[in-house]
Amino acid sequence: MSQIHVTTTVNGDEVEFLCDPRETMLDVLRDRLGLTGAKEGCGTGDCGACSVTLDGRLVCSCLMLGAEAEGREIGTVEGIATDEDLHPLQKKFIEYAALQCGICTPGILVATKNLLEKNPDPTETEVRYWLAGNLCRCTGYDKIIRAVMDTAAEMRGAS
Amino acid sequence: MAFDETKTEGFKVVGTRPNRPDGIDKVTGRARFGADATAPGMLHGVIVRSPHAHARILKIDTSEAEAMKGVHAVVTRADFATGLTGENWNILENVMAGETALYDGHAVVAIAATSSLAARDAAKAIVVDYEVLPHVTDVDKAMAEGAPVIREGAADKSVPAGLHPNVVRYHESGHGDVETGFAEADLVIEDSFRTEATHQGYIEPHACLAQLGNDGRGEIWCCTQGHWNVQKVCAALLGIETSKLRVTASEIGGGFGGKTAVFIEPVALALSLKANRPVKIVMTRSECFRATGPTSSTSMDVKIGMKKDGTITAAKGVFRLQGGAFPGAPMEFTAMCAFAPYNLANVSQIGFDVMSNRPKQAAYRAPGSPMAAFAVESVIDELCEQLGLDRIETRLKNASKEGTKASFGPTWDRIGLVECLEAAKAHPHYTAPLKPGQGRGISCGFWFNHGGETAVQMALSEDGTVQLSVGTPDIGGSRASMAQMAAEELGIPYENVRTTIADTATLGYNEISHGSRVTYASGLATIEAARDTIRKLCKRAAAKWGIDEEAVSWVDGCAVPSGPNAGDFDPLPIARIAKSMGRTGGPIVGHYEATPEGAGVSFATHIVDAEVDPETGSTRVVRYTVVQDAGKAIHPTYVEGQYQGGAAQGIGWALNEEYIYGADGRLQNAGFLDYRIPVASDLPMIDTVIVEVPNPGHPYGVRGVGETSICPPLAAIANAVSAAAGVRLHELPMSPPRILAALEKQAAG
Repeated sequence: MSQIHVTTTVNGDEVEFLCDPRETMLDVLRDRLGLTGAKEGCGTGDCGACSVTLDGRLVCSCLMLGAEAEGREIGTVEGIATDEDLHPLQKKFIEYAALQCGICTPGILVATKNLLEKNPDPTETEVRYWLAGNLCRCTGYDKIIRAVMDTAAEMRGAS
Repeated sequence: MAFDETKTEGFKVVGTRPNRPDGIDKVTGRARFGADATAPGMLHGVIVRSPHAHARILKIDTSEAEAMKGVHAVVTRADFATGLTGENWNILENVMAGETALYDGHAVVAIAATSSLAARDAAKAIVVDYEVLPHVTDVDKAMAEGAPVIREGAADKSVPAGLHPNVVRYHESGHGDVETGFAEADLVIEDSFRTEATHQGYIEPHACLAQLGNDGRGEIWCCTQGHWNVQKVCAALLGIETSKLRVTASEIGGGFGGKTAVFIEPVALALSLKANRPVKIVMTRSECFRATGPTSSTSMDVKIGMKKDGTITAAKGVFRLQGGAFPGAPMEFTAMCAFAPYNLANVSQIGFDVMSNRPKQAAYRAPGSPMAAFAVESVIDELCEQLGLDRIETRLKNASKEGTKASFGPTWDRIGLVECLEAAKAHPHYTAPLKPGQGRGISCGFWFNHGGETAVQMALSEDGTVQLSVGTPDIGGSRASMAQMAAEELGIPYENVRTTIADTATLGYNEISHGSRVTYASGLATIEAARDTIRKLCKRAAAKWGIDEEAVSWVDGCAVPSGPNAGDFDPLPIARIAKSMGRTGGPIVGHYEATPEGAGVSFATHIVDAEVDPETGSTRVVRYTVVQDAGKAIHPTYVEGQYQGGAAQGIGWALNEEYIYGADGRLQNAGFLDYRIPVASDLPMIDTVIVEVPNPGHPYGVRGVGETSICPPLAAIANAVSAAAGVRLHELPMSPPRILAALEKQAAG
């Protein structure tokens, strides 16, 4: 089967790749672009470990085809930190121990960064429902929610 | 081993909450997990699995698949070692079926191709002919007369005569005379309980990258809780020497016991040997559910007698655990944990290990214990209810303490159950008002904790920092706690210790990260390796000063002259000794190897408030408090994390999670959509209280904290549901249909 040529933008960099028409965006990121930060926990859009942004919208990259990335902008966990520093969410996640094994962390960070861009002052309930599509089996979510709430407060204070 | 000088105060690093060393890697996507590795020329392996619960494999036709583009190797059972016995045979039979597929999802044949898409396409072209056989997936049905026999001759000598061949192991323990005890009781309650199998639900599916060459030497990269075990099992299954394999543990995306077992690594090795190229296998989520080990399902009978004043006079439990198509269900743990929290004059516990057509069970966080607590603590709650007794006072009255003869034999050393119950009683949660429709439940729980073979090495760098190599995969932040204990002992900053999980070629044998053993055993070994390093450092200082080694002490990261030489020389910091070590005798490396046997058992008490919606039968946990004895919390934040994680898994087990088998013996819910683990919007904040009753078997008093936290939730939530809705559920999960059925039954009178 012939492969499809795709030109897209990932974390601000223009990239080109060839992919099978059946290949998911997640597989393209991991296997063709070397960006293994997004994880496959289920492959069926249930766990959120593969969360990325597509033109600023939160999506499961396992439910998107690589070919659909043509002309779009993809954001992954690898693009959250700036050249100089970690994003405030990343710092708070470490400080609060909002991760244990860390496999869900990339997806949760992409999802929460996306939340705070849309809603800088979420309630605890809003954070919990926004993250309901990101499974974490280690933490019971307590420290994740606290880290997100504290980051939001800090970012509001700084802006 | 007992430590005469268990340090309980004056800590500088232990008990603080530094950032974990792997934190930045894990928030930036740099951390490399099982599926994140690649190798030049790598192939992708896919496993074809039985769609039948029980079927004879008549023929495997791979000809069409092998002719497909990109396909390089196919393996079946014929490509593995022959003549294995005991558990190695069981593991091989599970890793790749022999003559018979024993459960839905059992591996039958595997294929490797140049891409995962090519491998999946080829796998679909493999034709397997089966003769479907009768099956059984229910524990009670599996041990009943006439049930299909999973495997003749699988039972060991412990099984009494006359039982079904699917009963493969039997356990009996206790003391006193329960019949006499029941006769002394004012109230005796006997009830039956059932729990369904649940999966550990780690978010990272099993993954490995393996290479085995024609020279018989191989390497494996995989997500595992125990890479020495992977090495040993893989070598046995491939029929090669253990020393020919080197195994590196990747970052691990959750394990909870499920990654103590070996599933795909031997298959990847066999494919690699045939193709003479590295092979990567990554399980799908469906494969994780169908073919890796969930916990056992259970059927249990518990009978407890109590006097009006709350004294338990006798307790008896019968615990039947279904462990899938192989022996090994942890029924002895269920039996031994069941009554461990209580001081009982008369106690009897019996366990049955039952085979069925389900995947081979694997350890899941305190294997066997949570189910026992569900049954026992439900009956105690009912006794308190009917006798009008306070739940905590009654448990305190019967609580095990130092010197109590445990229900399964030993006499307790220093333990912390009374302290947990007192802390729960004093917690504001216990007396907080409840809203209408809410109920409060409490439960105790117990887990043994464990020591096990452990080897640690500590190398001094030229800049005075320390490179600590441990062999226990870090499944919950243990690199941080190891670095804290090393820094504490050496008197250097936490940041000056770098902890690495070493591969199998670097250290002596390390048992799996299981049994809540890591902070205890690897921690103890780290402290002892630091002491060994300090002796070597002091020797260098003594030589420099020209005094006896015995006249040098180690204080705050410096060698100092002591005794008659006190004050003769300025303190010599670790960094200065390190800088000159090449000229003063060469590299300085400390180490320690042992099988520590002083693991301290731990107890917990949980308090939970639940709200039941009578219209939908849905239950919501609205407040949760975990009280647990840690012995000593090295990193309190990570201890809290273990408490919260165990409670959350217990909430899932109690309310939603279950393996659902159809009449055809196939798993009906092999995905996270239908096997629903708790999500963020399901849970409240989970409050924690860390009780510290030091373990005399560890230099700092550590007990281990990972597992006990999942023991009380099932019962605590069942008790809260009973209090909230007035119905007692005897079967888990307490899903909305079951609650509704119970409410309807109650309404019908």
